[in-house]
Amino acid sequence: MYKYIVTRLLLAIPTLLGAALLVFILLRAVPGDICEIRLGGTGLYADPKQVELCRENIGLNDPLYVQFGDFVTGYLTLDLGQSMWTGQPIGYEIGLRFKLSLQVAIMATLVAVLIAIPLGTISAIKQNTWIDYLVRTFSIAGIAIPSFWLGIMIILGLLIGTQAWFGEAWMPPIEYVSPFEDPLGNLSQLIWPAVATGYRYSAVATRMTRSALLEVLREDYVRTARAKGLLEKIVINRHALKNAMLPVVTVITLEFAFLMGGLVVTEQVFNLNGLGRLFVDSVLNHDFTLTQQLVMLVVFIFVMTNLVTDIFYAWLDPRIRYS
Amino acid sequence: MRFNGLKKAAMAGLGAAIGAGFALTAAAETPKMGGILDFVVAGQIPSYDGHLETTFAMIHPIRPFYSLLIRVNPDNPSSPTDFVCDVCEGAVPNPTDDGKTYVFKIRTDVTFHNGAPLSSKDVKASFDKIAFPPEGIASARRTFFKMVDSITAPDDTTVVFKLKYASGAFIPAVATPFNFIYSKDDLDKHGYHWHEKNINGSGAFMFVQHQPGAFTEGKRYPGYHLKGKPYLDGFKAIEAPKMAIRLQAIRGDRAAIEFRGFPPKARDDLVAALGDKITVQESDWNCGLYFTPNHTRKPFDDVRVRKALTLAVDRWGGSKYLSQIAIVKTVGGIAFPNHPLAATKEELQQLAGYSTDIKASRAEAMRLLKEAGAEGLEFTLLNRAVDQPYKVVGTWLIDQWRQVGLKVKQDAKPTGPFFDSLRKSKDFDVSMDFNCQSVVNPLVDVSKFLGSAGNNYGQYKDPLMEDLYDKMNREGDPKKVRQYMRQYEKQALDEQAHMGLTLWWYKINPHRSYVKGWKIAPSHYLNQSLDNVWLDK
Amino acid sequence: MTVSQMPGPGMLDDVAVQRSWHGAAWKLIRRQPLGAAGLAVVLVMIFMAVFAEAITPFEPEANSFEFMLAPPDGQFWLGTDQFGRDIWTRIIFGARTALYVGFVAAFIGAGAGLVLGVGSAYFGGLFDLLFQRVMDVFMAFPLIILALAVVSILGAGTSNVIIAITIPFIPHCARVVRSSALAIREIPYVDAARAMGFSHRRIILRHMVPNVMAPFLIMLTTFVGQAILLEASLSYLGLGVQEPTPAWGLMLQGGAEEFAESAPWVAIFPGLAITLAVFAFNLFGDALRDVLDPKLRAR
Repeated sequence: MYKYIVTRLLLAIPTLLGAALLVFILLRAVPGDICEIRLGGTGLYADPKQVELCRENIGLNDPLYVQFGDFVTGYLTLDLGQSMWTGQPIGYEIGLRFKLSLQVAIMATLVAVLIAIPLGTISAIKQNTWIDYLVRTFSIAGIAIPSFWLGIMIILGLLIGTQAWFGEAWMPPIEYVSPFEDPLGNLSQLIWPAVATGYRYSAVATRMTRSALLEVLREDYVRTARAKGLLEKIVINRHALKNAMLPVVTVITLEFAFLMGGLVVTEQVFNLNGLGRLFVDSVLNHDFTLTQQLVMLVVFIFVMTNLVTDIFYAWLDPRIRYS
Repeated sequence: MRFNGLKKAAMAGLGAAIGAGFALTAAAETPKMGGILDFVVAGQIPSYDGHLETTFAMIHPIRPFYSLLIRVNPDNPSSPTDFVCDVCEGAVPNPTDDGKTYVFKIRTDVTFHNGAPLSSKDVKASFDKIAFPPEGIASARRTFFKMVDSITAPDDTTVVFKLKYASGAFIPAVATPFNFIYSKDDLDKHGYHWHEKNINGSGAFMFVQHQPGAFTEGKRYPGYHLKGKPYLDGFKAIEAPKMAIRLQAIRGDRAAIEFRGFPPKARDDLVAALGDKITVQESDWNCGLYFTPNHTRKPFDDVRVRKALTLAVDRWGGSKYLSQIAIVKTVGGIAFPNHPLAATKEELQQLAGYSTDIKASRAEAMRLLKEAGAEGLEFTLLNRAVDQPYKVVGTWLIDQWRQVGLKVKQDAKPTGPFFDSLRKSKDFDVSMDFNCQSVVNPLVDVSKFLGSAGNNYGQYKDPLMEDLYDKMNREGDPKKVRQYMRQYEKQALDEQAHMGLTLWWYKINPHRSYVKGWKIAPSHYLNQSLDNVWLDK
Repeated sequence: MTVSQMPGPGMLDDVAVQRSWHGAAWKLIRRQPLGAAGLAVVLVMIFMAVFAEAITPFEPEANSFEFMLAPPDGQFWLGTDQFGRDIWTRIIFGARTALYVGFVAAFIGAGAGLVLGVGSAYFGGLFDLLFQRVMDVFMAFPLIILALAVVSILGAGTSNVIIAITIPFIPHCARVVRSSALAIREIPYVDAARAMGFSHRRIILRHMVPNVMAPFLIMLTTFVGQAILLEASLSYLGLGVQEPTPAWGLMLQGGAEEFAESAPWVAIFPGLAITLAVFAFNLFGDALRDVLDPKLRAR
């Protein structure tokens, strides 16, 4: 077991290094220049000398290996450096957005769980009935609806609905307030994106719950329990659901990792100042230093979540360790 | 405290006799103290250093923290010539020494937010940083001041600008809203990069906090030199990159105003939904939207093809319809519309593509294309991936060209790659192009059309235009200047059709009616000190 | 994974070679009603995309401002957008863009994944190890982030969007195919084939590829739906297909949102089109999964 964990940990190193290299190269392949945008962004004449100075000041003229070295050592020592665009420490820039993204991810996961587990269970119990079909349709629709469009529809619905109901249009807040300062204001902003994305992520979890449960229901001990004459409700709750939960938890965990960095489009729709928008902005601004560290954070969350799930699985099922 | 007295009187009037029309009017006209102004901004702040930056996204939230030497008159911001003193005393000085010397008297009651008094040495240090930045320090508007020979501060209250030659472009350049006055002590103590991340101004508001990507907060500066101002307790500039959000924010009263501009359809929707809770201000906008053919690419080296491109564009029709969905409206030549130097409607109609008979123009365009062997030409229009007005006008333009048989694709690139294509790789057929300036100053603004200009991307050489531009700028007689301007315009837009003008931008700011005291200017950079804004709530 | 879990060739035949056309259709409807519905929608979409010009009297790209933002009526069934273009027309032509992007990205992505996955499993050793690490790197990025990065390098436009969507698909498919192929590789008949002196090519093509077909086909259908969604997202961000080309995601961007309150039809219908298309592909893919490989249903 220890050997397995150590192997997996060691394997994460080339992944992270490869990701760092990939991001580093990709960013520098994008045509354009942060200094050009800054000095000539509004169509002003950008004096080549001034552009050169600006490049010099933010370290763009350093040799590539120096830039890469700075990036990697900064990452390893957690001294992330400064954003090329704002000059603020990257830790501060990311920290600001991290809170929001984390909260949306948690809320969306909660929404997903609240939808997935009851629906998946019903669907499995009533396999191949109209209820099953209805649930499956509902959950596939979750994958099919673009969550940004769902977002647009939610905002539109709120504006039109409140206008019709109260005579005054209500719009969710457009700036983040900490849940500890103003829980209601916080909730009234973030509940909508959480629902829009949570519904989407419930789809996979619903299907997982359904099929895992179906499999467990066919197992001997469930049959035994049934044969003993236990109530169906108890069989499901006490025996089947508990054993079917593992793959469901896995799926949800992996999705949580995705939610931390992948809400690029939804954040645009709701004007959320999260990691996804920071990514888009920093790429468009050619803010290399910030983009690099941001992507590495998202990749790190991804790799670590995968790692933990794999190790957890190996612990449960020794066969995996040797394959 | 004259002001407070007035306010009390107004309030008393209001309380005593609601029906009294006079009292009501007085109450409506008298600025009320207090309140926080929430407004939305489309972009992000790159740094706090105005001398370095060029975007309105930093002017809107940061400008209120600083004072300028002079500024456009906040009560008459639509005038291109009406400037007033900010930290200087009295009126804007007239030049002496054949227009080559300007002497500014500096007020003695101005203090920075850290308590230090502002004097002439601060003004000198700030303008030195802008006009003569030391080695290694970037300045975005250095070229604005190429006529300046020296800046001196003979005593605490005097600043003298000596020019190399007389220039009408000097005063507008000084009034540019990016020319924040910094404290010399800060520059000496912390160096020239300190202001990128720190703020110590003498403006109407003091910096509270900036959360990158989210908002900027300011609070009232009690020691502001214009007594009784500002009226607001503070402001909050909320970043909202999507126009839909900015609109909805005003719709749902999450923000009171946006200072860049909305298309008319959005204005109409807001007015229809909110009635008199919305007030609309509109103005011509000192931004022109052009298309620039790449003269080094075939067949755009052929003047007939370039002329056909401009002939195919129905400007008058576009003004009628396109103006409903995009932030453009006014048909104009190269100079800011309605400026004394701008072409009249009759003069415009002499130019290719400005005829009201679009059928004839298009027929002529197709004839020229045929003659040049470029019938049914296929090419790509490079555009900036910003909706308003670039992409909307680009989509319209492609349809205009479709009507003379041209097959055009659009390639909208984000700002970085867009400028890279224009300036470095120059790998475009025809590009959307623009010229957005703050203070209206056609003599300088039209330099955009010179093949030699740094912000001209057509890659052509036209000695005649260089010559005309030179003559125009050295000419003292306004009539003759105007004549040169016409010749220059004819050469740029018609004879050589170096570039094509689509429409001038049109600024529409629908805002919550409780926002008072803010007046629209012909530029989204101007009149953003917020010291005279108040809330009627 | 043991051999018994892999679908035998017989199961493939069951779907692929049916005795009569309507017999197969009836069987599909009875066994997989949802899948059949999905397939029907997909077929209708393909029909619309192919015969777009014949279906609608309007041009998808021509502006006609006199009908700007007209509400749905007898003439414009789904209303018009801010350029006066008929939305129904643009949705039909948009289906062409969506299907083109969806199919090309899915086929290339899944195809490359198939080749790489099988190759990696078959040759094993150092190549497999290195290949796995490279795949790890790509898999560690969220799809949309990788696609965004590629688009910012290559620029927007339909063909670049296809590349941007295809690249992240490859490792996802390769991973799944490899694990199925590995299971095959271990079983005696591959060794037997090798012992009998068959060429690598023959073993791969005749024995391994057919055996990884099931997961491959399932990946393929899922990819089409995902590609349509990704294209819509990129276009919505302004980094995908460019105006005036009709594309669903693009139709939701800009004016659609800004004027949504007074002209909701501009924002509603393209979104419905995306949903319906992706929905149909997923239903079909689900059914395919059930038929081809009941054990994979859980994935």
